[in-house]
Amino acid sequence: MTDAPLSPVREARAVKRFKRAWDSDFAYSFRRSPVAVVSFVVVAILILAAVLAPVIAPHDPFDPATLNLMNGFTPPMTENQFTGEVFLLGTDDQGRDVFSTILYGMRISLFVGFSAVLLAMVIGVTLGLVAAYIGGWTETIIMRTADVQLTFPAILVAMLIFGIAKGITPPEFRDQMAIWVLILAIGLSDWVQFARVVRGATLVEKNKEYVQAARLIGRSRGAIMLRHILPNVLNPVLVIATISLALAIIAEATLSFLGVGAPPTKPSLGTLIRIGQEFMFSGEWWILFFPALALLALALSINLLGDWLRDALNPRLR
Amino acid sequence: MTSLISVRGLTRVFDVSKPWLNRVLERLPKSYLTAVSDVSFEVEEKSVYALVGESGSGKSTIGKIVVGLVPPTEGTVEIEGVDLSRETDAAKVDRIRSDVQMIFQDPYASLNPRWRVRDIIAEPVAARGGETAGLAERLLEQVGLSAADASKFPHEFSGGQRQRLCIARALASNPRVIVCDEPTSALDVSVQAQVLNLMSDLRQELGLTYLFISHDLTVVQHMADRIGVLYLGRLVEEAPRDTLFEAPAHPYTQMLFAAAPRMDAFGREVEPPKGEIPDAINPPPGCAFHPRCPLAIERCSVERPEMRTLGETRVACHRAEEAVRRFRAEPATAE
Repeated sequence: MTDAPLSPVREARAVKRFKRAWDSDFAYSFRRSPVAVVSFVVVAILILAAVLAPVIAPHDPFDPATLNLMNGFTPPMTENQFTGEVFLLGTDDQGRDVFSTILYGMRISLFVGFSAVLLAMVIGVTLGLVAAYIGGWTETIIMRTADVQLTFPAILVAMLIFGIAKGITPPEFRDQMAIWVLILAIGLSDWVQFARVVRGATLVEKNKEYVQAARLIGRSRGAIMLRHILPNVLNPVLVIATISLALAIIAEATLSFLGVGAPPTKPSLGTLIRIGQEFMFSGEWWILFFPALALLALALSINLLGDWLRDALNPRLR
Repeated sequence: MTSLISVRGLTRVFDVSKPWLNRVLERLPKSYLTAVSDVSFEVEEKSVYALVGESGSGKSTIGKIVVGLVPPTEGTVEIEGVDLSRETDAAKVDRIRSDVQMIFQDPYASLNPRWRVRDIIAEPVAARGGETAGLAERLLEQVGLSAADASKFPHEFSGGQRQRLCIARALASNPRVIVCDEPTSALDVSVQAQVLNLMSDLRQELGLTYLFISHDLTVVQHMADRIGVLYLGRLVEEAPRDTLFEAPAHPYTQMLFAAAPRMDAFGREVEPPKGEIPDAINPPPGCAFHPRCPLAIERCSVERPEMRTLGETRVACHRAEEAVRRFRAEPATAE
């Protein structure tokens, strides 16, 4: 069945659908913005490289058996004086290939970033919707909590949560749990943005007549929030989510850099930068430089993409 | 004649106070807005009852109370003998909810922009787990659209077509009553006529009862069997259509007629109504209309007039007889 050709009708329909998508305002605005195209390409390449790390990476940095300490501190694109091996971006003190560690590190950074944003989004959107739709004391409690949390820097909140979580997990699980704790910490420190945006949008939507129509039909509150209001407040959420992704990746790198994030056995970009900065002043610049460059490229292009998305989806700016 | 909707002593007060902290700091009392004040009327089955009044006269609030979107502060609304705000039997509430539907004023806001027309129209039935296959297509044709429109989104339709979609949705659950909250005021005049004719046809075909809310006297004259005139949340006059248009008994109704633009009197100097509709938070004592009334006497500013019967008309005015006499004498200049 897999090779069965599309029937002509279906094919025509698919072509039509593609054309419509290509001609939409959204796609047009994308094609017209070089910044958006470039940053989209960069993000796509980086994500693809991270996902395909086991295929692309020349070495497995997590397999101690493949490491050769003699390869340590090999500069980029030069022959190692003992083994004669060449590494694209050089090696670190353990003889690990920097290129491979970046690919694997990006995997962890992206995984943590995406999961943290997803968590923040679920919490924030739910609380924002409930606060705005129910109103009254529920709203006061949720939004004042958000305000209070907003007065602390997000990274401080994340460190607090990380510290508590680390305290209550047994020591033997700490390295395994570190990633999940990191996601929890960043997610919980970032929900406020989503809640505020969704609350604002919901306050506008809930007074529209289609919501009243659903109420008078007898739909429950939950059904109205989920099926009627939620689809109409998702545009700003998408924008915030993209920008939050860049922020979450940076937050993860910051935490890892400070030594409270991803453990050295499962290094993320932040961990790599922390390891690298130890050698910065002794001349082995590449151990720091390339992971930092990767982080910069990732965060910057996601941010630029988010900026463009905000302009494209916000009709008030048009 | 049985009355399908019976509204008795309906009052709705909204709390429009500033937030608690502001009240404490600025030493303000709580303030209340009486949107609807002691309104009673009956709507007979298979008739069209129109509520007219200026902006802020409470007509939309009454509509929302009738369909159960807003609970009344005092008084009752009974539909088929069931009071939605007090009834605890879920089966009865559910029956009334499918028997009473509403058409809203703004056809651009009353259709969920992310839903396909098929889902929008079938929702009143789908929400109760009913059979929806082919329902949307059938209703679309009934309101003069094409069955192929079912898979489109609302933004692909014009204002008049959207209002037809709203009518189709209102018909989906086979209702007996439809509350129409200014269904044509957002439409062009030419489209208004089409939508109104559609509504008239559907009413005769399906034996519907309309509670028709409007500020447009010509629309009301076209549609209504019986008309209630609202002023500042109070029902000031209620009469069969022809009686009301031939002999309005309340000075306010007379003022409305004088102010309405007329095609047959083009170039006529329109006498603008005197004064503004007063603040509903601090309504005038006695008859709410007395500060603007040309016939007001001292009694009007002290005693709120009761609803009384005058021929076929029910009117809340101390000087209704004088008003009728005055209107008969010089109908064109009556304010």
